[in-house]
Amino acid sequence: MKQVVKRPASLTEKPFHFCPGCHHGIVHRLVAEALDFFNLREKTIGVASVGCSVFLYDYFAVDVIEAPHGRASAVATGTKRVLKDQIVFTYQGDGDLAAIGTAEIIHAANRGENITVIFVNNSIYGMTGGQMAPTTMLGQRSTTTPYGRDYHRDGYPIKMTEMLAALEGPSLVARVAVDKPANVKKARKIIRQAFQMQVEDKGFSFVEVLSACPTNWGMTPQEATKRVSDEMIPYFPLGVLKQKDVVDVL
Amino acid sequence: MTALKKVFLKGNEAIALAAINAGCHYYFGYPITPQNEIPEYMAKHLPEVGGEFLQAESEIASINMMLGAAATGVRVMTSSSGPGISLMQEGFSYIAGNELPGVVVNMSRQGPGLGGINATQGDYFQAVKGGGHGDYHLIVLAPHTGQELYDLTIKAFELSEKYRCLTMLLGDAVLGQIKEPINPWKPEITAGDPDRDWLITGAKGRQPRLIKSLFLADGEMEKHNWRLQEKYRQMTANDVMVETRFIEDARLVLVAFGSMARIAKTAIDQAREEGMKVGLIRPITLYPFPAASFKNLSESVSRVLTCEMNTGQMVEDVRLSIDSNIPVDFYGRPGGSVPTPEEIFDRLQQAYAEVEQ
Ligand SMILES: Cc1ncc(C[n+]2csc(CCOP(=O)(O)OP(=O)(O)O)c2C)c(N)n1
Ligand code: SF4
Repeated sequence: MKQVVKRPASLTEKPFHFCPGCHHGIVHRLVAEALDFFNLREKTIGVASVGCSVFLYDYFAVDVIEAPHGRASAVATGTKRVLKDQIVFTYQGDGDLAAIGTAEIIHAANRGENITVIFVNNSIYGMTGGQMAPTTMLGQRSTTTPYGRDYHRDGYPIKMTEMLAALEGPSLVARVAVDKPANVKKARKIIRQAFQMQVEDKGFSFVEVLSACPTNWGMTPQEATKRVSDEMIPYFPLGVLKQKDVVDVL
Repeated sequence: MTALKKVFLKGNEAIALAAINAGCHYYFGYPITPQNEIPEYMAKHLPEVGGEFLQAESEIASINMMLGAAATGVRVMTSSSGPGISLMQEGFSYIAGNELPGVVVNMSRQGPGLGGINATQGDYFQAVKGGGHGDYHLIVLAPHTGQELYDLTIKAFELSEKYRCLTMLLGDAVLGQIKEPINPWKPEITAGDPDRDWLITGAKGRQPRLIKSLFLADGEMEKHNWRLQEKYRQMTANDVMVETRFIEDARLVLVAFGSMARIAKTAIDQAREEGMKVGLIRPITLYPFPAASFKNLSESVSRVLTCEMNTGQMVEDVRLSIDSNIPVDFYGRPGGSVPTPEEIFDRLQQAYAEVEQ
């Protein structure tokens, strides 16, 4: 029988530890496929962040540096400034990137660092057990917003992609989702483009992926995926918000 | 080693020049007084050697950029002062856990808080006792002249590579700002060994590598910590540096580091001229601390006086190091003042009079 789907070479054999219905696994796979596509496995450095994806190094067959919580894009900056011909990417959750690491991501983007950032927005802190994230939706219950997120107290869910797209520095800024096959297909294409930007020395690329965390949302995998489609996408619209063809700052 | 032409530089510039001559081509930092000459020198001169200077958005970012660069095995440095060094503590702890090399300069300024920009030694505890979370140490070097700032900067890179641990140069505003003649030199080796088996370079033709500090598997964390402790034991056995003066026949021994040691030397010379048998112990490595020098004090010594530009920090290590019941006095003033040689001489005279009784 012909093998139609095989594990990307950029992934190890280790089975994912993620909860059933978690989208981290899909995103890992899409990133690995992009690395395979450009034959980058042997020249890539992944920077893992602190969150459910901290075990990036167990799953990606590439060199990995584990960054302190929120600091992945600063760590990646240091690595890329030395290894200019290698590919450096970070993989960060919404607590990591949009709360504690806000300064680091904004300035890496603004400098147009030639790195690729994969930002997994699941509107919650997964690893620490379901606390409010800066991306938590209004009214969403979490362990630290037991009565629902109220903007009077907690502000609004933060739109990182829109914020970064407003900067001059970045070359590609996009938001995708993996809630249905058509969106997975688009996500695959855009994540590939993000790495292509870096391969061609075109500067900072950023892809936000709307993701489900069934465990901390208290939902079944099906319900959680439906929530991405029905609640998250209307607030966090999908699409390429910024793409530079000519890169002026590098 | 190659000797280079004599130059006349501020302490901060001497550090920057030494770093470049030691092969450090990467610098990440954020401005803060009194060390701005370091980033400014780097910004000007690193491009000349094909290096990279990057002004980070904060000290948190600088130390993490350094972490990312250090993982590739190049020589890399950052520098700051009190408030910025406080922000870097998270990174120090990760770099210790990750076992990465690197050099950090603290041209300390007075605290707590925003404090003042003049000299102090109030950061001793923060530097030698850890500072960040976890059971770790930095190697801490305490230069006291311009030439020593230069020499110890080069030494700092060597030690940090030898032990895969962060090395801190602990100076202060006086040392950073004073202009002095320096005899620069270039070490034989100006880059770490490219064959080290932990370097992150992209897994070409080899197994992927990993730099991490998270250890969750059974027993792994303790094992990792014992390995770190073994490094600290090794550096204590092999790399302690200390200067002693006139201690063979001394009745009173003064202990001081950095700028304070410089002031103390003037006071001691004067005391010797006046026939007082006083000596000096000047720890150069504050961590590992030269405890052995205190254990082996000569029989003549009946009193020790520790002088610091703080209210008593290193004196704790001095007391811990002395086995006998020789009394250890302390003289110091907190951030906001720099003692004069006359002031130290007066203290010496007082203590010496008590010794004579
Ligand atoms: C300085 C610091 N503060 C807090 C934590 C605890 N912590 C670990 S992961 C995390 C948030 C994870 O959430 P997110 O980034 O959204 O990733 P997810 O787990 O949802 O994938 C927090 C707060 C930490 N490790 N370090
Ligand atoms: S807690 Fe949430 S984000 Fe973490 S693995 Fe489980 S489903 Fe995924």
